[in-house]
Amino acid sequence: MLVFILKRMISLLLTLVAASVVIFFVIEVVPGDPASFMMGFEASEEAIEALREQLGLNAPLWERYISWISGLLQGDFGTSYTYKVPISDLIGDRIWISLPLAFYALALSMLIAFPVGVIAAAKRNSAADVSIMGATQLGIAIPNFWFAMILVLFFAIQNHWFSAGGFPGWDDGFWVGMKGLTLPAISLALPQASILARVMRSSLLDTLDEDYVRTARAKGLSRRQALWRHALRNAMIPVLTIIGLQFSFLMAGSVIIEKVFFLPGIGSLVFLGITQRDLIVVKSVVMLLVFAVILVTFLVDIAYAFVDPRLRKGR
Amino acid sequence: MSLLTIKDLSLKIGDAEILEDVDLSVDAGEILGIIGESGSGKSMTALSIMQLLPSGSTSAGSIRLDGEELLDRNEKQMCALRGNDIGMIFQEPMTALNPVKTIGDQVAETILIHGSASRGEAREIAQQTLERVELPADKFPMGRYPHELSGGQRQRVVIAMAIALRPRLLIADEPTTALDVTTQAQILTLLKKLVDEDGMGLILITHDLAVVADLADHIAIMQKGVVVEAGETLSVFRHMQHPYSKTLFSASNHVPKRAANRTIDRDDIVLRVNGVVRDYPGQRVSLFKKPEAFRAVDNVSFSIGRGENVGLVGESGCGKSTLTRSILGLNPIQGGEIDLFGQPVNTDMPNSLRAGIQVVFQDPYGSFNPRWKVDRLVSEPFYLMGSFPKDTHQRVAKALVEVGMEEADMDKYIHEFSGGQRQRIAIARALILEPDLIVLDEAVSALDVSIRAQILDLLAELSDRLGLSYLFISHDLGVVRAITDRVLVMRDGVIVEEGDSQDVFNNPQHEYTKALLGAAPDIEQALAARESAKN
Amino acid sequence: MSNLATNDDPRDNLFLVAMKSPSFVIGLILTLMFSTGAVVSFFWTPFDVTVLDIANKLKGPSDIHWFGTDHFGRDMFSMILVGARTSIAVAFIAVGIGMVIGVPLGLAAAAKTGSMIDELIMRTNDLVLAFPALLIAILITAVYGASATNAIIAIGIFNIPVFARLTRGAALSLWTREFVLAARVAGKGATRISVEHILPNILNLLIVQSTIQFSLGILAEAGLSYVGLGVQPPLPSWGRMLADAQTMISFAPHMALLPGMAIILTVLGLNLMGDGLRDVFDPKLRRNRT
Repeated sequence: MLVFILKRMISLLLTLVAASVVIFFVIEVVPGDPASFMMGFEASEEAIEALREQLGLNAPLWERYISWISGLLQGDFGTSYTYKVPISDLIGDRIWISLPLAFYALALSMLIAFPVGVIAAAKRNSAADVSIMGATQLGIAIPNFWFAMILVLFFAIQNHWFSAGGFPGWDDGFWVGMKGLTLPAISLALPQASILARVMRSSLLDTLDEDYVRTARAKGLSRRQALWRHALRNAMIPVLTIIGLQFSFLMAGSVIIEKVFFLPGIGSLVFLGITQRDLIVVKSVVMLLVFAVILVTFLVDIAYAFVDPRLRKGR
Repeated sequence: MSLLTIKDLSLKIGDAEILEDVDLSVDAGEILGIIGESGSGKSMTALSIMQLLPSGSTSAGSIRLDGEELLDRNEKQMCALRGNDIGMIFQEPMTALNPVKTIGDQVAETILIHGSASRGEAREIAQQTLERVELPADKFPMGRYPHELSGGQRQRVVIAMAIALRPRLLIADEPTTALDVTTQAQILTLLKKLVDEDGMGLILITHDLAVVADLADHIAIMQKGVVVEAGETLSVFRHMQHPYSKTLFSASNHVPKRAANRTIDRDDIVLRVNGVVRDYPGQRVSLFKKPEAFRAVDNVSFSIGRGENVGLVGESGCGKSTLTRSILGLNPIQGGEIDLFGQPVNTDMPNSLRAGIQVVFQDPYGSFNPRWKVDRLVSEPFYLMGSFPKDTHQRVAKALVEVGMEEADMDKYIHEFSGGQRQRIAIARALILEPDLIVLDEAVSALDVSIRAQILDLLAELSDRLGLSYLFISHDLGVVRAITDRVLVMRDGVIVEEGDSQDVFNNPQHEYTKALLGAAPDIEQALAARESAKN
Repeated sequence: MSNLATNDDPRDNLFLVAMKSPSFVIGLILTLMFSTGAVVSFFWTPFDVTVLDIANKLKGPSDIHWFGTDHFGRDMFSMILVGARTSIAVAFIAVGIGMVIGVPLGLAAAAKTGSMIDELIMRTNDLVLAFPALLIAILITAVYGASATNAIIAIGIFNIPVFARLTRGAALSLWTREFVLAARVAGKGATRISVEHILPNILNLLIVQSTIQFSLGILAEAGLSYVGLGVQPPLPSWGRMLADAQTMISFAPHMALLPGMAIILTVLGLNLMGDGLRDVFDPKLRRNRT
């Protein structure tokens, strides 16, 4: 088990390094001169040169990369060019919107998908199964930002049950905050829940066909007992993979959803960075998001080993 | 009254008739052997007793356990019965256990699900049952997971699950087919012991006549859903009535006739294997130790003369497949040399040399690209010649006729043929370049016995007529004995015995060869033993 | 998944078999409807989408404007037709990029499994997958300018690892099959085997996956255009129509509903078609049905 975790940790670190190099290149190297990009077309030579000096762009590439990374490691994300404040301050406030939103959406997605997927698999080809499959097919097809708009139209504009946008903050209590995140979370969760339910169903159907389920039935387990005691845990392996991937989708999806609901989260920070051409903000926030995704992938890998004893022996 | 009585059992799945008027009975403490080839309905009979049939099945007739009708029982009542009164063992031990649960939990579950004991007692019983199937706690603690056990050990766990509650009836569906011959012998002995100890009835389903000749008190022979012959084992074997039984019997002992004018030239060496070593990189077990290489083939030497049929026998994992790949020039070797007609064999050998050695594989279903027609499949080896000859069609036709197929079969896709026909086509593909040596890698192992006999005849005839040399690789001693002139016995990457086939089989020298031969069930020996016991 | 590549009858007219699957038929009808609309829009639309008609702005559906008009008085029906063209083109090319690059990479990785090439391809794949796709698409279009081309590239890049992974997985299981060994005995090299034996047997799988990636591409394009980083004005696109609709949703809901329905039905159509095809291609499922 220890070997397994160590191996995963090493691959986690390598992926992080590779990802940071890619981000560094995409943002600082490929566009040519970041300083002139950030200043726009009308900027004077002197202004650009001043910015270049300020950002340390005259140093060699590898030095700039190292100083960026060592800053990140010490929690120093750099200073926003637009707002002139440390980026960690910008992130600090916003992460308490984006992170709860992602987990809220993920929880909703699992809460809907698990029972629905299990029912569909257990009652294969029944009316319930067919309608569940039809509904999930529709759920996948709905763009989440459009669904968000429809939710706003119905729950906020026509019925005033929820606010149409913005975030009340956590100061007025947990439930007030949660209520503010409910519509965004639902719109993020719907397509993910549909995908997850389908994966749950097909994975469960596959394991129900396995020999060991037949063995269990020969021991005297009923169909339902065989499903719960033997098929379900084995079916979780592909489901875990999808949950890991969904986290990544939720992080990215929140960029758009935060825009629909005017939520001041991490996603909107990326967006602000992009529209303000503030590459320093963009670079560091994207790195943060990618770190979150890679970390979740790592956790999912560890979770595999808990589900499947065959993986514990360091492969 | 019999323990189990099946009368007029019929089974349909959809519109397909699977079983027709099957009559069988088993007494307590007795072993009933059900024999049949694939599609005979023997497994469906077992699943009918368990009422674990695929959806869309309808059965009629009567299945009585101790006088109680099973077909009238509802699903809940059947659940109470399964595992408690009737246990069942399946063919494939590698997949029969849940990979994420410990063996102890899986055995204890049988007891818990029937509410027969508390959790603690159930584990106690599970432990005792594992001891009964010879998996002692000090070597195989209950916390082991299935992947930590070998195939034979897993089958013991499956048996433990089936007998934990000491059922009245045990059904074993091909319980040893997936196992090596020595493991098979141990599992069969174990089953016999358990039957004697618990006085339960055992239904032993198999395709192998030798297994039942040794073990069963009564046998039933099935063909296409019908019991064609049944009765006390010895009398059925000695006085076979039905033509199918007779075919089956003669096919399972079949020895092909060899031509009188057959020439074997041991001095004209076709293939020479000299001191061959093949290593696989090992798996890392610890962070601090270098992975140890695994030596699959260790200093193997032999040669094959023109027209000679050489057998290579050994159990799974002995290195025979690895060696085959190297002989075919598909895998590199780490030591020694292989040469074909005096020219070196390696992964970069010229195509002209490759043309001299062809191969037939085990799986008649996996051996062909399903999207190609037979014409293209059989002519594929012409690639070795650099260009396809003008008379490719005629030569494919000739090869097909040679293996007993028709010219018109060229335009068909492979899925239109049965397993036996596919194996003939595979032989045609191997023949098309008129090679000197054909490697037969378990080439008849996946076939039913009657088909196997036909393919063996074909192979013998081809070798005799065309002067072909064979390297015949198999785990099946009977088949190797039937077709080869000389045999090599391999274990753990080493050839432990080599010699004239008849000599080796009649008078084995090495302990391992003796063990293999001792473990292999033999119809004649088993019947003779029964007869002498009777008198 | 690898059981998609088994001994099914190659002569079966898969189209005719597929027509027996209701989800395939519904999917096909929807897909044909939108692709026809896209093609027709090249030659004819009820109104010119580049001409503004402020006098008739924000009109609901009527005899003249079947789907109503937007805030500039443009005909919504015509815009949805032209938008279909944009969506389909972007998604189609993005899937093409994914297949043309991803499939050969996957085949190469499977042919040389365990080698440095395999490691390199698979690790690069993992790396790309570690980035949230839409986020990086946003990033690429933001840094290199918002345009249809950049949107296509951004979406296409994320299709590459999907196809590479799928191809490698399916190809690996085929490489262990005996017919591939037979081809090696016949002296064929890895490239020739990949083309002659592996590719034809995984084609079904690739077709099913490409319908799924196609629909994901349409969703991604809509998302990018919604945030203003996709197709640029004056070319209409469904995503931007939704962005325009957002502020007017309380008094002109048709502006949001209709493009939304267009996206949903197109994606639904493609997914249903993919589902139907999967049923047809998967011999395990086919056996269950007969």
